[in-house]
Parts: sequence; C-alpha cells; structure tokens
Amino acid sequence: MSEAFGNFATRVRSDRGWWVAIAAIALALIYPFIVETLQDLPLVGDFVPRTGSMVVMLVFTMMAVGLNVVVGYAGLLDLGYVAFYAAGAYVAGWFASLQFAQVSFHFGSSVSNEQPGIHISMWLVLLLAGAFTLIVGILIGLPTLRLRGDYLAIVTLGFGEIIPQVVRNADEEGIGFDLTNGTFGIAPIDSVAIGDFIFRAEPNKDDLHYWTAIGLLLFTVFCCVRLRDSRLGRAWIAIREDETAAAAMGVPLMRTKTWSYAIGAFFGGVAGAFYASYKAGAFPADFFFNISIFLLCMVILGGIGSIWGVILGGMILGYLNIEGLATIGSKVQDAGVEFDPTKYQFGIYGAIIVTMMLFRPTGLIPERRHKIELEEGVHDTPFYDVQTEGSLTDRNPSDE
Amino acid sequence: MNTAVVVLHRVRASSLIDAFGLLLLAAVLLFLLLKFFEDPVRFLNVGIIGMTNGAVYGLVALGYTLVYGILQLINFAHGDVFALSGLVASTMIISVLDIGTDASVLFIIVGLLVTLAVTVPLFAVINATIERVAYKPLRAAPRLAALITAVGMSFIVQNVSLAIYGVDFESVPPFIPRTAAIEIGGVVIQWNKLAIFMIVIPVLIVLTWFVRSTRQGKAMRAVAQDQEASAMMGIDVNRTISVTFFLAGSLAAVAGLVYLLQFNIRYDTGFELGLIAFTAAVLGGIGNLTGAVLGAMLIGMVQAFNEGLDGTPGGDWTRSIVFGILIAVLVFRPQGILGERTPEGA
Repeated sequence: MSEAFGNFATRVRSDRGWWVAIAAIALALIYPFIVETLQDLPLVGDFVPRTGSMVVMLVFTMMAVGLNVVVGYAGLLDLGYVAFYAAGAYVAGWFASLQFAQVSFHFGSSVSNEQPGIHISMWLVLLLAGAFTLIVGILIGLPTLRLRGDYLAIVTLGFGEIIPQVVRNADEEGIGFDLTNGTFGIAPIDSVAIGDFIFRAEPNKDDLHYWTAIGLLLFTVFCCVRLRDSRLGRAWIAIREDETAAAAMGVPLMRTKTWSYAIGAFFGGVAGAFYASYKAGAFPADFFFNISIFLLCMVILGGIGSIWGVILGGMILGYLNIEGLATIGSKVQDAGVEFDPTKYQFGIYGAIIVTMMLFRPTGLIPERRHKIELEEGVHDTPFYDVQTEGSLTDRNPSDE
Repeated sequence: MNTAVVVLHRVRASSLIDAFGLLLLAAVLLFLLLKFFEDPVRFLNVGIIGMTNGAVYGLVALGYTLVYGILQLINFAHGDVFALSGLVASTMIISVLDIGTDASVLFIIVGLLVTLAVTVPLFAVINATIERVAYKPLRAAPRLAALITAVGMSFIVQNVSLAIYGVDFESVPPFIPRTAAIEIGGVVIQWNKLAIFMIVIPVLIVLTWFVRSTRQGKAMRAVAQDQEASAMMGIDVNRTISVTFFLAGSLAAVAGLVYLLQFNIRYDTGFELGLIAFTAAVLGGIGNLTGAVLGAMLIGMVQAFNEGLDGTPGGDWTRSIVFGILIAVLVFRPQGILGERTPEGA
C-alpha cells in the first residue's frame, strides 16, 4: 500500500509532505508493473491485491472522498449515498449501452454506428453522470436539508432505500416504460475508450482502468482540496461547527448545505458511472443500504473531514472488502479454524465504526480542526424548535 | 428587514407548503373512501390485517420514541434487537417448549408467557448494556458521533443474529388456529390476529401506567425535559436512561414474539422493520408515546391497503411508499401528527 504510506506522510504539512505525496503518486502509477514482483514476496505476497481489485478499491475510495464532502466538511450525516452511486451507474447504462434500442444515437463513441441504442463517449458519460447526480442531489437536498442532523440522516436513508427499489421496479411491468430493465439490470455498458483504442478489448485492461481510476481519484482529491480552502468550503466548516453562529455571520444555510450535498453527489455519480463501465453493467443487486454504511465507515476510519485519512480508510476497507477478508479467511481456514470473515463483513465494519467512535473518533489521520472540535466540544444546539415556531427556524427569507 | 415583511413571507411560504400537503392527503383519503364503497367487506378485512401489522410496528416504534425522547438519539440498533429477540423466541417455542399445532389452549398460553418471561428480561438487559457500552461514553460528544455509533451497533447486533441463527428464516408452527374468532357480515377476525391484540393491548396499558404513574416514569419524563435540572432535583439520570433502554428492550422482545406468531423472521428482518417503525414514530410525532402507536397503525394500514386493494402500486413499491411518507412528513409537518411538546417529548 504505497499510497497509504505516502498519504500518511502528507499529514505532516510541510513542503516535504508534498514531495512524499508526489512520490506516492509515482509509486501508485507504476503499481501494475511491480504487482507481480510484490505478489512473489514471501509471507506478505498473498495479501497483495491484484490490479483489478485495486480498480474497485479506487472507485470506492473516490466515493468515500465524495461522501467526505457531505459528512466531513459540512457535517451532514448522509446514510443514502448509495443512491448517487446507483444514479451514476444507470446514467452510464442509459447513455452508453443497448438499453434504448428503439433509438440510435452515436456521439464520439467507439461503438460501431450500426449498433442501436444511445452510445456517447464514456468520458462525456462520466460528466453526464456527475451532472445528473448533482441535480438529483439538489432535488433531494432542497426539501430535506432544512431538517436537523438526525432527521436528515433518516431522510437520506429513506432516499437510499427508495432509489434502489425504483431502479428494480422501473421496467415495462412496473411503470409501463422500460427505464432500467428491472431486476436484470443494464448490460453490456460500453467501455472507456480513446478513439478506437477500447480499454476493455486490450489484454492489459485492468492496468488501463487502474490508471484511469487513479486519474479520477486525483481529480476528486484536487477538487476537494481546492473546495475545502475556498469560500464555500469555509462556509461548510462553519456550519459544521456551529450552525447558528454561521447563520448569524451571514452564511446562507440552505444554499451552502445544498451545495455540499450536490458536490458530494457529483463524485458519487462519476464513480458509479466509471465502475459500471469497468464491470460492463449496472445491476440493481449492487445497490443496497450496506454500501452507504461501508462508505461511511471508510470516512470514519480514516478521519472525518481529512482527505488523506479518507483515502487511507477507503483503501484499507476497500481492500478488506474485495480481497482481504477472503484472503484472511482462507489463511485462517488453512490453520484449521472454521471461520469465514466475509460472511460477517458488515459486522466487522460495524465493530470498526463503534470502536473508532469510542476510542479514536478523529480517525487514523485526524483533521486538525475536527480534532479540536471533538476534544473541546462544540455548541450543538438543535436548530429546530417546535415550541416557539411550530416550524423550522432556519427558514430565513434571505435563503429563498 | 422589516419585521412585518418577514412575517408575511413566512406565512406565505408555509401556507403554500401546507396547502400542497393537505391536497396530497385529501387525494389519498378520497381514494380510500372510493375503495371502501366499492367493496366494504374486503376493505375492512384488509384494514384488520393492517391493524395487526400496525400493532407490531407500534411496539417497535415505542422503543424508538422512548429512547429518542430521552436522549434525542435514533437508536438504529433497536430494530436488530427486535429481530434477535424474535429468533430467541422461536428457539424457545420450538426447541425448548415444543409447542405444536395440537397443543392445548392452556399450554399455548403458558408457553407464550414462559417465552416472554425469558426474552423480555434478557433483551431488556441486552438493550441497557448496549447503551452503557456504546452510547453512554458519547453523551457529551457531538450528536453525530452517537448516531454513527448506533448505526455501527445495528450491524454488530445483526451479525450476532447471523452468527447464531444463520441466513435461514425461522418460523413457528401455526399453533394458534387461523379460524374465525369474530365474524360480522363477512368481516373476519381470526384467532391468530385476535391473539396479537390480546398480547399488545395489556402491554400498552402497563406501559402507559408505568410512564404516567410510577416514580420511575415521572423521573423519565423529567429527564426527557431537562437532564441537568432533573439531576439537580436528585434524579439519577444514568439510572433513568438505563431504565428507558430496559423498557425499550422489553417492548422489542414482546414485538419479536408477536411478529413471530404471524411471519417468519431472520437476522436482517429487524433492519427494514426498524425503519418502518421509526417512520411510524416520526409520523406520530417522535417522543410522543400515543403518537408512536397511532403512526404505526396508520403505516400498517397504508401497507395493507397498498398490498391488498386493487388500483394501488402494489407490494413492489411498499418500501418506497413508506419512505415517501417519511419524507413527506418531515417536509410538511416535521413535528408529526401529535407533535405538540408532550412531557415525554423533547
């Protein structure tokens, strides 16, 4: 886990830290060339993930970094992030597959023009997916973000439950129009391609997707770092620390929160679309509540609000999920113990969440500011008062 | 800005939202009225199914609302405690007591009481332990911390069920007959449905008595209103919170048994049922005990009507409808149906 080490080092906020980050990125880029050597190492060799697994780990890490914008920066608990993942994957299904075979539309795609359906270049589809989920995020956010934290959590959870069910039911039988192909999902989805160089058709397709995923993650991290230091990012942190004080200082609560929600959604959508293209399909069974918790767990393990921490948390948990637990399980079973950790993976994630919250709530790589908040406490008054208003108090004319 | 303009602005915005909400509600009621006149017998039969489902939801919803009232915490683990209690009850009934379809009425009654005598204290203690271990250390932390911990606890409890009972559904033999106990002009209440009310109603009466009239109940209401002030008045806040979790756990255990009498249950049943029950608690007005039961009845009815009448979206959409209601309530009337500030509410 070369990156992980590098990220850990960047926590030292100095120029040297940035050099380490660059070295880590360079190491990450050559990973496909050294993976076989690493796998031949004695003892640890079995635990080195394949490049294909790394792609999945990177995709989930990217989603975790997106979720971190909502949970970490703005302090809004989102338990329905899976909805954006699903939305992104289905946008890829709509605009780059045979799903709508009744029309034929090609734009910049490597797919032959004889094929029916909408085929747009996957790069554009990634953007489209981001834009679509951004709008979904705003639509979900507008009615719900005025609610207090724990209510918001439950509403996002509700959306996280509704959207997969809608996806499962939105076929000919369910709504009279085949939008999502029901329980079968949409497949095949076109591959990422540059001109006629189709990534999926190449023998080293995992490596190509891996580099693309690294690029997407770096893009996400870049955006998040820049956003964090922007006016908007500072407004998010102000809201996280003290909503009332932030409002008094003239931060428009609704708009600021909605932006955090929408931007978090954007990255979820892009990651979802890329993942759908990598595995060539969008299937409703992939989108269930546990994914939202899994992503949340990455954020908490790494450190709420800390980008490097979230990347570390994402890579660790992503690894455990895709390969690690199975590898550990087979080692344990070789040793003669009947225990299958993959069966209890969500129990393990739950235990990680509880342990972290109780003993190290700031995560593996704490964000400095968040650490102070947790240690010294913040003013955490509910911003919703039935007694005096009979409605929500942040319905402030300047927001509308 | 001028105060009058602000007030006007607020009135206009809120009345528009309210009008839309009422319109939605009116449409649903009109639909139900039409359905009632189309086939009253079927409508009422479906309604009874809804009420029995609602009774189970109500017991679970009370657990959410009690805890929320006192700690302002959504105890996500509650639904999973409920599922585990149902599984333990199935072991009691099948393996320990071996109640079969040929059992005598007395044996069934005694058997169910014995089951409750085991599961109720057991899960009361488990629930209170969860609070002590996972939530108590976080009482001073930001609310988000406790909420996230509750989600984690939910997964832990769920996996405990998985480890003990595996992925199979557990069910008990239908020892309470499905024959009609009461029949009025085609509207039937079966024995197994009646039995559920015979369990749930006394429990609700005892709970109401406990919260209203006992010293400990008064302490609970006081702590729900103001923790610091009650501590100054000499109330042991920690103990009171433990008692609340104790109570919630007992209700979950009763709900587990009642659920088991109608449906089969497995390790992840509690997750979705917990969400439905929480929706019910919010619908009724979270923190309000009567509201939780009322909300649960309404949700049970909505579910039954959706699945049992023609012209509705049908069972595939139940979950979406329930969560749609949750979102609509939070948008249109976040304080719920009975949402004035009650002594239990916070």
